Amino acid sequence: MNKNLEKRIELIKEYEGKLPKKIIEEIMEMAETTKIKDLRKLLERAVSEYERARIEPGEAVGIVAAQSIGEPGTQMTMRTFHYAGVAELAVPQGLPRFIEIVDARREPSMPIMEIHLKDEIKKDKQKVIEFAERIEEVLLKDVAKLEEDFAEKRVTVIFDLKALEEHEISLEEAKKKIERQARRKAKEVGDNYLVFEPGFSTLKSVRSFKEKLASTRLAGIPGIRKAAVLEEPDGSGYYLQTEGTNLKEVLLLPEVDPRRVFTNNIKEIENILGIEAARNAILIESKKVLDGQGLKVNPRHLMIVADAMTYDGEVKAIGRQGISGEKASVLARAAFEETVRHLHEAAITGEVDYLKGVTENIIVGQPIPVGTGTVKLIMKLEED
Amino acid sequence: MVELDPEIILNHEYVPKHEILKEKEVEKLLKKYKLESKMQLPKILASDPVVKAIGAKKGDVLKITRKSITAGEAIYYRVVI
Repeated sequence: MNKNLEKRIELIKEYEGKLPKKIIEEIMEMAETTKIKDLRKLLERAVSEYERARIEPGEAVGIVAAQSIGEPGTQMTMRTFHYAGVAELAVPQGLPRFIEIVDARREPSMPIMEIHLKDEIKKDKQKVIEFAERIEEVLLKDVAKLEEDFAEKRVTVIFDLKALEEHEISLEEAKKKIERQARRKAKEVGDNYLVFEPGFSTLKSVRSFKEKLASTRLAGIPGIRKAAVLEEPDGSGYYLQTEGTNLKEVLLLPEVDPRRVFTNNIKEIENILGIEAARNAILIESKKVLDGQGLKVNPRHLMIVADAMTYDGEVKAIGRQGISGEKASVLARAAFEETVRHLHEAAITGEVDYLKGVTENIIVGQPIPVGTGTVKLIMKLEED
Repeated sequence: MVELDPEIILNHEYVPKHEILKEKEVEKLLKKYKLESKMQLPKILASDPVVKAIGAKKGDVLKITRKSITAGEAIYYRVVI
């Protein structure tokens, strides 16, 4: 019996190059209960079904992807803007978020991080809460009131001692940090206040000096404005969701599980984890949007989008600023947007259009290189 | 500014396995896909954190083994530019 099983597993392994891993794994599960004869038949059938299901060369997959995302997208537009829900943080959902992803904006309108912790910490809720408090950024304006005196041209910082204590910041420490930010010593130091005389003459500069002081960071990680403690969906403990992101600094913390620190800021992922991680992020983030709206789009379409956006080694937007604006053909670019500018520039630089793409061939009235149009026939001369 | 440990980058859940292809393997790849030059492959920048972490140089071809929700595993290639 055991020898038989070995044989079966070997048989399945022979098909490793011909079938995707997931299908091999599924068939592997059946190895124990299936006769070797049936198994062989099953594998052959799986290969022929797989070959049949594969997309054909020349198929315009990009257009199919655009339509497949666009159609449910119209549905999304209608119900996006007034969506009631209970969320820990107000996350932009639906179409606005989808546009953000596809436009490759530098920063999402609501940057969010998901921070998973090491096993030792994540089970203890108290420790997780303490950790959350420690990484939350505390600015001077959170723990003090700042008053400007325009007549005397001075700024007074009045500490809220209770708030300071809550964040475990000593007055001495705070004073040092503020003086470093102000690049000068405090003129007057009291039990709970500091007075600065910046020596500026204009009212505007006094105001901007006050603003500069207000944004002094006293504790926490820069950029992390709020951290909420949430339960892991599998019940294995707790994790954090933060408002504001700082992937690099968080990855350096010893308490976090560095494999599972995520942000919705795709550009940040590109910079710190590379282009392949960014592709993954585009895929996962766009899938999240569609799933959140209850729309069923085949993930293969999203993969095409993610691959197209990362093809050149950096994340590019879909649209004028990104991949459409960089098409090789002048006619294709002119047909998309800013027609005159593109034709004008092409004329000045003497650009050549090789008529390789779809748009330019439609313009000149030729068959397009898609589907059967991709194939060029060459007659093979009979050799005698 | 402290630099991130390459191990942290390479082990992150979003980062798939990147391997540098040997010269022979590159030739085989070009033949398989009927490419005239490796520059026809998708690109990855030499400044990419993963490229730096595995020590790849300009002109190298990377084999990327992605985890795929549809196929289980998918192979992709990028040339370092």
